[in-house]
Amino acid sequence: MSWVIALTAGVLFAAGVYLILEKLLSRIIVGLGLIAHAANLVLLGSGGKPAAPPIVEEGSTGPFSDPLEQALVLTAIVITFGITAFLLALAFRFWTDQGSDEVEDDIEDRRIALKRDRQ
Amino acid sequence: MTTLATLPLIIPLTAAALALIFWRKFAVQRAIGLVAAAASAVVAVLLVIEVGDSGAIVVNVGNWPTPLGITLVADRLAVLLLATSTVALFAVLVYAVAQRSTETELIGFHAVYQMLGAGVALALLTGDLFTLFVAFEIMLTASYVLLTHRAGGRETRATISYVVIGLVASALLLTAIGLIYGLTGTVNIADLTARLDLVPDGVRAGVGWLLFLVFGIKAAIFPLFFWLPDSYPLAPTPVTALFAGLLTKIGVYAIVRTQTLLFPSDGPATFMLVIAGLTMIVGVLGAIAQKDIKRILSFHIVSQIGYMIMGLGFFSIAGVAATIVFIIHQIIVKASLFLVGGLVEESEGTGTIDSIQGVAHRSPMIAALFLPAALSLAGFPPFSGFVGKLALIEAGFGVEEWFVVGVSLVASVLTLFSMTKIWGGVFWGRPEGSKPKRLPSGMIGATAALVVVGVVIALAAQPLIEYAELASAELLTDGAYRSLVFGAGS
Repeated sequence: MSWVIALTAGVLFAAGVYLILEKLLSRIIVGLGLIAHAANLVLLGSGGKPAAPPIVEEGSTGPFSDPLEQALVLTAIVITFGITAFLLALAFRFWTDQGSDEVEDDIEDRRIALKRDRQ
Repeated sequence: MTTLATLPLIIPLTAAALALIFWRKFAVQRAIGLVAAAASAVVAVLLVIEVGDSGAIVVNVGNWPTPLGITLVADRLAVLLLATSTVALFAVLVYAVAQRSTETELIGFHAVYQMLGAGVALALLTGDLFTLFVAFEIMLTASYVLLTHRAGGRETRATISYVVIGLVASALLLTAIGLIYGLTGTVNIADLTARLDLVPDGVRAGVGWLLFLVFGIKAAIFPLFFWLPDSYPLAPTPVTALFAGLLTKIGVYAIVRTQTLLFPSDGPATFMLVIAGLTMIVGVLGAIAQKDIKRILSFHIVSQIGYMIMGLGFFSIAGVAATIVFIIHQIIVKASLFLVGGLVEESEGTGTIDSIQGVAHRSPMIAALFLPAALSLAGFPPFSGFVGKLALIEAGFGVEEWFVVGVSLVASVLTLFSMTKIWGGVFWGRPEGSKPKRLPSGMIGATAALVVVGVVIALAAQPLIEYAELASAELLTDGAYRSLVFGAGS
């Protein structure tokens, strides 16, 4: 894996993790998208040198890259795409439901805090 | 025989498509769902018999030779769990149809339900890591739809965290697969068993623990379980029962499959045993602190996962066999306990322990169903939990891991304690208030059928354990799985 791809994947992971720790659902979704991209990039990077064609003419001796992981990445991208669409629909429903897309605090956590305050 | 091994996938996928085609005809959808679920269960039981008689069935999808294409491997472990899962899927579907509300509230319930079944079957049958990823996605996407369709208001957070955690775990799984592919050039599990030997030990351990982490999130092991007790109780009863019975167990299955085949350990794996002990204790303590039937049961899911990881951590044939038996027991018992919890909620209108009492007098049938399932969970003879726990403890003695076995016994006592809490709070006491709602006989029948299956598992313990030991030998014997998939010659 070239270090450019590895570094990009790392940065994407970091940015994605930062975003999913946010409270706004829209940012969480963007964060998940970034993490999925990072994972796809790692998968793509595992297949050898970039910029080489996956399908070469018969008898060609030039560089070629492994087509399998490209097929795998395509599958993964399609799945990510579907899930993101689902999440956006979910976010929209919550937004129409609640008027904001801020995800609430942990209910259990709040209950314990309430108990502590009462004592 | 190759057809038989593909039917568990073809049946639910076709049924899901048909259910979508008959979008507006509800009765047709229902008939399709029930027939498909029943057919899947029958096929899975036939597979258990067939594989038991003549060994594993390997299918090369599209006739690509083994390491190149997608391989389906119906070995003993896969078919045993497949049969248990499909039986649970069928019983829960009957319950849902009798209950009506879950089924009618969610448009396309039957299609989603069948897709979930297809995802579970694919996860169990697949022979390569990437298809395992796809199977998890199918299964989880169906579960997202089932869990979120009626959530709103205060439940938002829990359902969102369920979906987000599922997605993060999937991304990590994909990363792990990418790394493994980069290291070895293959994602076929049988091929990997040999090729991972060429990878340096440290790197191999790294990807091994990454996979353990990813499947650990799905299986809800300590400390990765916090999403589970928050989100599971929110879904309608049949959905929760299904999640509780199946989803986490498929995570455990993936841990067993990958750790035994790809990252085997010569002796007991201490780190895994530590995780197992913590999962058991923390889960059961969480259960004791809860006041709602479904929440108590949800924490028990976590606690019982610890037992399965313990059996795997022994890395002996007896240990892994005990884990397999325990997973089978859990799928049935957890699903039936949640169904009973749903019956209480349905007839009394609430699941909070403090506001119900005297159910044993008001609805003796429900109490009669709860008791065997609860005792089985705690590990009382002659129920299936006893068989599973006994096998686990014997396996622990076999590898001389006294401490974690002791921890598991303590966790058992605490499990019994929290079950008596439900029993004392909900079933005993003076019956008061309005008459309980009459329940459809289909709901009670489906629950009763699952409870009976649990008892049958206990009665058939000997052949079951023998079968599981063969399954476990296929996993742990060096090269056994590889020669099984590639054919004996290679």
